[in-house]
Amino acid sequence: MKIKGRVWVYPDNVDTDVIIPARYLNTSDPAELAKHCMEDIDENFAKEVKEGDIIVAGYNFGSGSSREHAPIAIKASGVSCVIAKSFSRIFYRNAFNIGLPILESNVVDELEKGDEIEVDTSEGKIMVLKNGKVFKSSVIPEFMQQLIESGGLFGYAKKLLNV
Amino acid sequence: MGGMTISQKILAAKSGNSSLRAGDIVLADVDLAFANDITAPISIDFVKRLGVDVFDRGKIALIPDHFTPNKDINSANQCKIMRDFVKERDLPLYWESGEVGIEHALLPEQGYIKPGMLIVGADSHTCTHGALGSFATGMGSTDVGFAFATGKSWFRVPESIKFVYKGKRNRWVVGKDLILYTIGKISVAGALYKSMEFSGEAIRELSMEDRLTMCNMAVEAGAKNGIVEPDEITIKYLEERGIKEGDYTIFRSDDDAEYSDIIDIDVSQIEPQIAFPHLPSNTKGISQIERDIKIDQAFIGSCTNGRISDLREAARVLKGNKVAKYVRLIIIPATVEVYKQALKEGLFDIFLEAGAVISTPTCGPCLGGYMGILADGEVCISTSNRNFVGRMGSKKAYVYLSSPAVAAASAVAGKIVHPDEVVK
Repeated sequence: MKIKGRVWVYPDNVDTDVIIPARYLNTSDPAELAKHCMEDIDENFAKEVKEGDIIVAGYNFGSGSSREHAPIAIKASGVSCVIAKSFSRIFYRNAFNIGLPILESNVVDELEKGDEIEVDTSEGKIMVLKNGKVFKSSVIPEFMQQLIESGGLFGYAKKLLNV
Repeated sequence: MGGMTISQKILAAKSGNSSLRAGDIVLADVDLAFANDITAPISIDFVKRLGVDVFDRGKIALIPDHFTPNKDINSANQCKIMRDFVKERDLPLYWESGEVGIEHALLPEQGYIKPGMLIVGADSHTCTHGALGSFATGMGSTDVGFAFATGKSWFRVPESIKFVYKGKRNRWVVGKDLILYTIGKISVAGALYKSMEFSGEAIRELSMEDRLTMCNMAVEAGAKNGIVEPDEITIKYLEERGIKEGDYTIFRSDDDAEYSDIIDIDVSQIEPQIAFPHLPSNTKGISQIERDIKIDQAFIGSCTNGRISDLREAARVLKGNKVAKYVRLIIIPATVEVYKQALKEGLFDIFLEAGAVISTPTCGPCLGGYMGILADGEVCISTSNRNFVGRMGSKKAYVYLSSPAVAAASAVAGKIVHPDEVVK
């Protein structure tokens, strides 16, 4: 898959409380959650984010709560991909489970808000368009690729249960 | 090839493997899967869309603890989704307000957690349950929905870090201080994707409640699970709940198990710890605080420190004292049993005389859900597990983390102080 988009740049340890604060967790409606996405770290995000934009960040993105509402809010905002130096374990699984592409890479060090990048998820390559620099990214483990081929965790459950 | 850690052994047993290495991916049978009123609706939807029954009615728990008693119409509707599902499927492990407690305090207290179990919960603090020698990890709603339907979950077998705690604890130093100190040492991503195995003579001397507190915060260092090998204290805790040897399997790490790191910690060097805003790893010993930190609120409760031993510690400090003017002290027993026991022991008299507010069991202010929400610029000292930006209300508020004794003493002093300053 190839993704091209404008980036939003964030630091290390972006936690799930700033991605979607608990005060909005009395619903799981994606559109409602998107209205408050990144609210406690960036008041402008929900207003200004455009379809296809990419979030890039430092280490330990998505740390904290298990709330799947965090990747749901990001995906419903129109974000095409999240690239961080590392992800919290639960966020990584959650994003994968709901079909939000995420990649591990150090590309954040090269970027400023609004820069454009091109991501090739199958080759694990990220190109910074302003200077042509190419960064490598993690490749999705084989078992997880099989899950994708089964139609995600839902498709895999259907296969396991024969329904 | 080297031996296995306790965490690896449980995953091996539950996935039908004789041996596993870190990095292997397995599909394993879970013994318990649970979710709360925030996370369950999405898990329930997963099961309903599949059109199947749950894998085992007795191995699924639904615990409405976050926004209950319901704070608004939306949260009431979320609880109704749970209640309707429980009624429809006739699921026994469900608790209403009046009997419900915070999931990670309720499940061990009520005897649902045993050594050797594989447990997944749609709440990050599911790692709490490793204190009883189980492999317990938090996941999202879809993963737990998958477990509800199939009885299985997939795992990447983790590397482990072994923490060896030695020496005698100082006065007022409890499990909370040991884990805050540890997270301060290794950082919030210091155990990312890994197991934290807590061991050593100082852990063997620690009560089960203190061990639960330590494992609770393993996720704050990024860990997949926290775990303590079962010992006499574990067995006694189980016996008190009518669980006998033979009802569970004890796993232990092999002597030649491979660890990604072994970290020795001398607990005699640790004083009561404070985690400064806005990360649980921003810890300092209480004597290292450079200036007065005035507080507006103190909160004693949550899945980290809302157990009976925590309330007893708070009462020890609050007895005969008054909360400082303009400071709110909120105390929330984690379960109904804790509530009843505290009432019986007269702790509520002490709390009420001191000027504290006591609530029915709920997660409440810990996650900024309701009750005790902070205003712009306010400061709270909390016994909960996270002090992230906006965690307890305003994103312009400041949350410090501590043990119950420090939180209670600070409520009396109106600023963050050592309990010795209040209990002479």
